[in-house]
Amino acid sequence: MRAAIETRDLRREFGSVTAVDALSLEVRPGEVFGLLGPNGAGKTTTIKMLITLLPPTSGSATVAGHDIAHEARAVRRSIGYVPQLLSSDGALSARENLDISGHLYHIPAPERRERIEEALRFMGLTDVGDNLVRTYSGGMVRRLEIAQAMLHAPPVLFLDEPTVGLDPTARRAVWEHVRKLREREGTTILLTTHYMDEAAELCERVGIMHLGKLVALGTPESLAAEVGPGASLDDVFTHFTGSELDDTTAGGTYRDVARTRRTARRLG
Amino acid sequence: MTSLERVARPVGWAEPPSAVRFFQDAWTVAQGELRKLAHDPTELLTRAVQPVLWLLVFGQVLAQARAIPTGNLGYMDFLAPGVLAQSALFSAIFFGIAVIWERDLGVLHKYLVSPASRLALVAGKALAGGLRALVQAVVVYIVAALIGVHLQLGLLPIAGVVLVVVLGAAGFATFSLIIACLVRTRERFMGIGQVLTMPLFFASSAIYPIALMPSWLQLVAHVNPLTYQVDALRALMVEGGTATFSIPLDLGVLAFALVVLLVIAGRLYPRLAM
Repeated sequence: MRAAIETRDLRREFGSVTAVDALSLEVRPGEVFGLLGPNGAGKTTTIKMLITLLPPTSGSATVAGHDIAHEARAVRRSIGYVPQLLSSDGALSARENLDISGHLYHIPAPERRERIEEALRFMGLTDVGDNLVRTYSGGMVRRLEIAQAMLHAPPVLFLDEPTVGLDPTARRAVWEHVRKLREREGTTILLTTHYMDEAAELCERVGIMHLGKLVALGTPESLAAEVGPGASLDDVFTHFTGSELDDTTAGGTYRDVARTRRTARRLG
Repeated sequence: MTSLERVARPVGWAEPPSAVRFFQDAWTVAQGELRKLAHDPTELLTRAVQPVLWLLVFGQVLAQARAIPTGNLGYMDFLAPGVLAQSALFSAIFFGIAVIWERDLGVLHKYLVSPASRLALVAGKALAGGLRALVQAVVVYIVAALIGVHLQLGLLPIAGVVLVVVLGAAGFATFSLIIACLVRTRERFMGIGQVLTMPLFFASSAIYPIALMPSWLQLVAHVNPLTYQVDALRALMVEGGTATFSIPLDLGVLAFALVVLLVIAGRLYPRLAM
């Protein structure tokens, strides 16, 4: 079976720090795959390499069958990406944001308009489509971003911490939309999260990263069984990434905290 | 459709040839910027205050003093094109801060994962930076007309001014983008922006003729694109104004500078998202 995403010994160093270390991973077509791990585990670096924003130090990877280093443009045509930060422009309306994406992916005019209206309807944003995005709630922004990332119907979608900073209701709404999207379009989804309930809820398989390495891989159930009877995904996480009470790494660096809080504040 | 077919299916729509796509993508980016301005033009209006002050206060006083020999041209006629170039420079040179903002937000990443070429993305930004400056031009023309500057209002001279303003401002906006890519934070950018604008402005023929400068400064003025922008504007904008160099040379220098800056910016731009 041809993998939707395949990495071989993927590695990225920043100076003397190895952010991603010999990562070999296969994501199957149509699968929702969760990449878990504490802050600084290398999840975002991995995604950035797969979406061609960051060249790997060594190793290789294909996304939708295209090599990330040599066929970057083909990869970009095949993927949608929702960054951890806010990617929709607050100074524009939802329709304008979607229109820019539609143009950049060269969707022909009649179909572009149709897809934009369809995307707004699907995400429940039709009535507010002409309002500036900065007036939206956090949940609405996230839905718009996912719609924007899916406008060109990419076979592979990357979601980096899709529900960070959202309240429980908004999180459930985002989950619901991700599930519906996948059912309807058959999209392969790779998402990162450090919320265990999110992974258990959405993902068929999860990989746990710790200090740049993949330390566990399997279905949430099989991993729990491996750790012990009655174990939750939380226990699995703690088991594979060491004690969460290790104060020097727990909770991420100052920069991580600043960014998460800033994002949370913007999402309101 | 099964998931497997979904991944194997060729994606996207038929695309135009890459040269056409380049201009379409650049225009898409520029249009986005212009729509933002249409939603909130406050910044443009506040930036228009400065040229008004230069013309009304600085210009009027120096014209009284008759301290600067400007040949056949009255000092206000000499100064108006300089102020136009200066206001275009000032509005363009801080353009990069918006790019740092977009990077901090994540909007930048959205553009960079799209199939548009990096060069098309920065060209779009540059075009928007150039077109923004036209608002400054309108303000300068209105104030200049009110204080009696002898403007050339023919179709051809005005078309020429539009071209020179857009070309020059696009170049300075790209320069600003390059600085943004290098310094990466808003605080550092603000500092450097302030440091750069004044030398660019004073080492040009914007407010006094190059002939008045000491020879070392003349040298600097000759490699300063602003000098060539002012030179062309002086010939095109006011009656009796002449170019020290020539309009084709001025346009050539501005276009060359823009292309070189765009290529550099296209290389550096993706580094912002790393």
